[in-house]
This record gives sequence, C-alpha cells and structure tokens, in this order.
Amino acid sequence: MATSTLPSKPAPAACAPARSLWQHQRWLILRRSSQLLILLAFLTGPWFGLWIAKGNLSSSLTLGVLPLTDPLLVLQTLVTGHLPYSSALIGAAIVLGFYLLVGGRVFCSWACPVNVVTDAAAWTRRRLGIKTGRVPDAATRYWLLGGLLVAAALTGSLAWEWVNPVSLLHRGLIFGMGGGLFVIAGIFIYDVLVASRGWCGHLCPMGAFYGLLGKTALVRVAAPNRKACDDCMDCFAVCPEPQVIRPALKQVGQTHPLILAPDCTTCGRCIDVCDKQVFKMTHRFDQRSE
Amino acid sequence: MDTGQTKPASKAPAATTPASVGRRKFINSVAAAAGGGCLLALGAGLYSRSAAALPAQAIRPPGALPESDFLAACVRCGLCVRDCPYDTLKLSDLGDPVPTGTPYFHARSVPCEMCEDIPCVKACPTGALDRELTDINQARMGLAALVDHESCLNFLGLRCDVCYRVCPVIDKAITLETQHNPRSDRHAMLLPTVHSDACTGCGKCEKSCVLPVAAIKVFPRELAQGALPAHYRKGWEEKARHGGSLIGEQVEMPVRGFDGPTAGRQATETVVAPGASGAGLPPAPAAPAAPPVPPPKGVSGLNSKWKP
Ligand code: SF4
Ligand code: SF4
Ligand code: SF4
Ligand code: SF4
Ligand code: SF4
Repeated sequence: MATSTLPSKPAPAACAPARSLWQHQRWLILRRSSQLLILLAFLTGPWFGLWIAKGNLSSSLTLGVLPLTDPLLVLQTLVTGHLPYSSALIGAAIVLGFYLLVGGRVFCSWACPVNVVTDAAAWTRRRLGIKTGRVPDAATRYWLLGGLLVAAALTGSLAWEWVNPVSLLHRGLIFGMGGGLFVIAGIFIYDVLVASRGWCGHLCPMGAFYGLLGKTALVRVAAPNRKACDDCMDCFAVCPEPQVIRPALKQVGQTHPLILAPDCTTCGRCIDVCDKQVFKMTHRFDQRSE
Repeated sequence: MDTGQTKPASKAPAATTPASVGRRKFINSVAAAAGGGCLLALGAGLYSRSAAALPAQAIRPPGALPESDFLAACVRCGLCVRDCPYDTLKLSDLGDPVPTGTPYFHARSVPCEMCEDIPCVKACPTGALDRELTDINQARMGLAALVDHESCLNFLGLRCDVCYRVCPVIDKAITLETQHNPRSDRHAMLLPTVHSDACTGCGKCEKSCVLPVAAIKVFPRELAQGALPAHYRKGWEEKARHGGSLIGEQVEMPVRGFDGPTAGRQATETVVAPGASGAGLPPAPAAPAAPPVPPPKGVSGLNSKWKP
C-alpha cells in the first residue's frame, strides 16, 4: 500500500534510467505476498477444506507436523507460573531460532498483519502531508514489554492478550472479528493523526520483543553504493525506523555500510524507493562498499 | 517521575546549559515512556481482571483447567476450535463477555457431542485443555440445572423426558424422580433431576429441551453449584458408612408442662446416664459427653416445685 514516494519529489528521469514497477516495488510486493501467503495458509482450511496451517500466529500446527508458537506468549505463560506442554515449547523454540537467525523484526515486515495497516497509515500521512502530532518516546515499547510481563505475573493471566492488536487482527482475519476492528481502526487513526509510525515504531511491545531478537540477524540491508546518494531523503521518508539508516548511509559511528540496528525490520523499502540504488539486501558479514 | 526536576536543581549552576536541558528532556521523555508503558500494561491487567469471570452461558471445552489457570495457559490459538468435528467451539472476540480470543461454546446453539477420542484436548498445545482427561465421561465442562420448574413439561405432570433421553450419561447424570402430583392427586410427576457427580456439562439436554426457551440449562460449575460448609456431615450417610448409629442410644428427654409434675417425674426416672449404658458401644466423638447433673439435695427428679 505504501506505494508512493514523496509527492513533492522531482521526477528522477533526468539523472537515472527510469526503473520499472517491479524494480520500484519489488520488496514491497514480496513482503505483501509473504503476509498474504501466511494468512492464506490458515484460510484454505476453513474455505476449501485444504488444511495447510491450523491455529493462528499465537500458536499453529502446519501440515499436521510443524508446531509454531509465539515465544513472547510462551514467555508470558511461564511468567504466570504455567508450564505449557512440549508442543508449545518446541514451537516457541523453532520460532525463536528462526528469528534469531534471520532477524527479529523480519516478523514485523514479513508476517505481522498490523504492519499492512500501519504502512497504510504512514502512506496516508505522507499523502495528506500531515506533520503535526506528538510522538511518544521510542523506549515506551520496552516499558510496555516489561509492563505486560509484570501484568502477566500479577494477574496470573495473559493480560496483554485481551487487547493485543497483533493477535486480535490475525485471529480475527481467520476466525472472524467484530470488536477487534475498533482497536485496529484506532491504531490507524493514531498513526495518521497523532504520531508518525506511532504504533509499530514506538509502542508495540511485540515489535520490541522481536527487536531484541535482532542482534544476531544474518539477513541485513546495507548501503554499499552510498557514495551515489544524492540526499533526496526518500529512504528516510519511507523507512518505518528511519533512525537506523543514518549510521550506514552517512557513516555515523561506523565505517561499514551494514544496517545492523535491530530495529530495522528488513522490509527492503529503502531498496525499492532509492533511485540511485544505494541499498541492497545482503548478509551481516558483507562489509563491501562499492 | 519528578527526577527531571530534582536532578538539575542539585547542580544549580549548570541548570541552564544545553547539555543539562538535553538531559532533562531525556529524563522527562524516559519518565513519560515508563509511565505510559506501565499505565497501558496496568490498564490491560485491570481490564483482564475485571472481566475474568465467565458469563452464565459460556462453557469451556472439555478438560479446561480451572478458569484462573485457564487464562494463564490458553494462548488463544484456536487449535481446539479447528479440531472439533461438530463446530461446537468458537473463539471470543474483543467485547464479548468471554475473555478475548479464548474458546467456549454455548450449549443451546451447539452442544458438545462428547467425542470418545476428545480431539479438542489432543489439539491443545499448551495444556489449557488438560490431557489428563482421557475419558470424556469424566469431563466437567459445566453443570446442568433444571432452572424453570414452572415451564418444564414434566413438572407440569406431562411426560416429555426429552432432556433425560438425550443425555449421553442417561440415568446417571439425569434421572427421573417419581413424585406424587398434588394437583390431580392421583398421578405421578417424573421430575428430571441432574446429578453433579455424573453430569459432564455437555449441554445436550439444554440443546434438546422442547420449550422455546430451555427449562434446563448448563452453567459453569462455579455458578451452578452450591457448597455445604466443610464440617457438615449428613447423618444418614455417616450412619450407612459405619453400619449403625454413631451416637449410641438416644437420651429420652422429659416432656414437661402437660399434666403436672408427675409426668415429668416419670420421664426422668427412665433416664439412663450416657456413661453407664453406652459402655458397650465404641466411644463416638460426635456424641455429647456432658456429665449428668447431680440432682439438688432434698429434691428428687426434676421437680422444680413450680405451682400454678
Ligand atoms: S511493531 Fe508490532 S504491530 Fe508493528 S509490525 Fe511489528 S509486531 Fe506487528
Ligand atoms: S469433545 Fe468433541 S464435540 Fe466436544 S468440544 Fe471436544 S471436539 Fe468438540
Ligand atoms: S487449543 Fe488450547 S491454547 Fe489453543 S485456544 Fe484451545 S484451549 Fe486455548
Ligand atoms: S449436560 Fe445435560 S445432557 Fe450433558 S451430561 Fe449433563 S445432564 Fe446429561
Ligand atoms: S426437555 Fe425441557 S421440558 Fe422436557 S423434561 Fe426436559 S427440561 Fe422439561
């Protein structure tokens, strides 16, 4: 949905060969496909009787053999004092291992359904040119993460799951939803009117949790062609976590071109929008600059 | 949270330098983030507590842990819902009276068919549905109660019996108890009677009640069941268990005040001291062991010398 660059931007035709739609939207298309396929894997069962995955992102069973469980949920369950069965624990270990390897916030940009909503909100905000609002401190999400664990311990229940928009939306899309839509609409309005990238960039404790898993990510975006950058700021405008770009692009506090900050969601949107083709998807040991 | 104000104040001269302003801003924003984060989490916690009791008509799947443990264990994945062949279970939505995302069923819509292999329990990855439950007849999802004696056809003296007949645990969970019908004075009423030691709470009875609104309904056990004080014993049960009375021979109490003191005198003369006659029986802890009161000197029996 976040299809456009800044409306005020001059056409790049003069300096660079025009890029095809595919070149311009490649990672976005791949990401949306991934999010859609994950959803469809859960929906072919109820729709056509063809069961690929059962359950939802909280816990699922794929093809009757592969258990996957949200590690943050299992953590909360453990905090309440309940020890889940091994299928949930194994499922959580698999998910944990996968995101530790690939990159924690890959969950955000490639799996989480709320990402579509907040990307749409960010796009709407850019389109409408809204600059006002009040952004909460980016550390709020870590406090929320701590808070929800404390709430789980104090109430002895998975308190956050009563309102968690991520599971509300994903569960709702698969099992049907009513009241949950208000929460999602609330997030959209909040992101458009009150805080740019307010939910995913500052509040969501699930994003914070997956961010903490991102320190060892193998898949990383880098800016090897950074000398071609003409400071058009397109990447900063479109990035859900713009603060992660500067160190790699402008060599602030580092010399290599890798974006290693765990907040980077590996969405590849910067690769898409950059007409100078400064960015590329690579691995964390690729220190080359062109 | 007012660290932002107190800290720079302790270093008064530096209070206006940009570095200090930056730090104050930083501390303020951290405080706001911490406060906001904690408040939001606290709100979620409070909200979850305020609505933690199940509404009357929401029944948990078989094998569900006690409600408070269930809310700690269930990750709201819906795997139990998916594996129920009768589409009995559903997940609640935000705003439903049941905690968001948790599985439940409404017996009057679709009851639990009590599958022998209990697929819902097998599907649960977390143990919110306890795999200790292997015999579906041991499930205790809820408890049926014949709530409306005014509408139940059997209570009106007819023979409906439908709830009794559909019960998968027929003659254990529901029995028909015969009672004299005082209205006609010559017929019997067969009253459907639920027994908590056998009712699984499947809800087949509620589903099948022939009335437009069921007279028999299934509730979560906490709602449907009362409880005797822990120290209460049912005398007839204790008696049956011990094969005889536990308190020995009964003291015959005098009946006084009918026709003068003589009646009382005669009664008291037959009194046997509990210690003397009870010697042959085992000492019963429940029996009152009060010593016999010695009669006052010069007065025989219980004659109070009262005269009208
Ligand atoms: S930050 Fe939260 S809501 Fe946003 S994409 Fe990540 S998990 Fe989803
Ligand atoms: S026992 Fe069978 S019918 Fe009852 S809830 Fe479980 S799967 Fe559904
Ligand atoms: S399968 Fe277990 S954890 Fe999942 S919704 Fe059902 S009871 Fe909850
Ligand atoms: S709920 Fe009704 S039908 Fe089911 S076991 Fe109990 S009495 Fe029988
Ligand atoms: S089915 Fe309904 S009306 Fe008939 S005996 Fe049972 S409770 Fe009464």
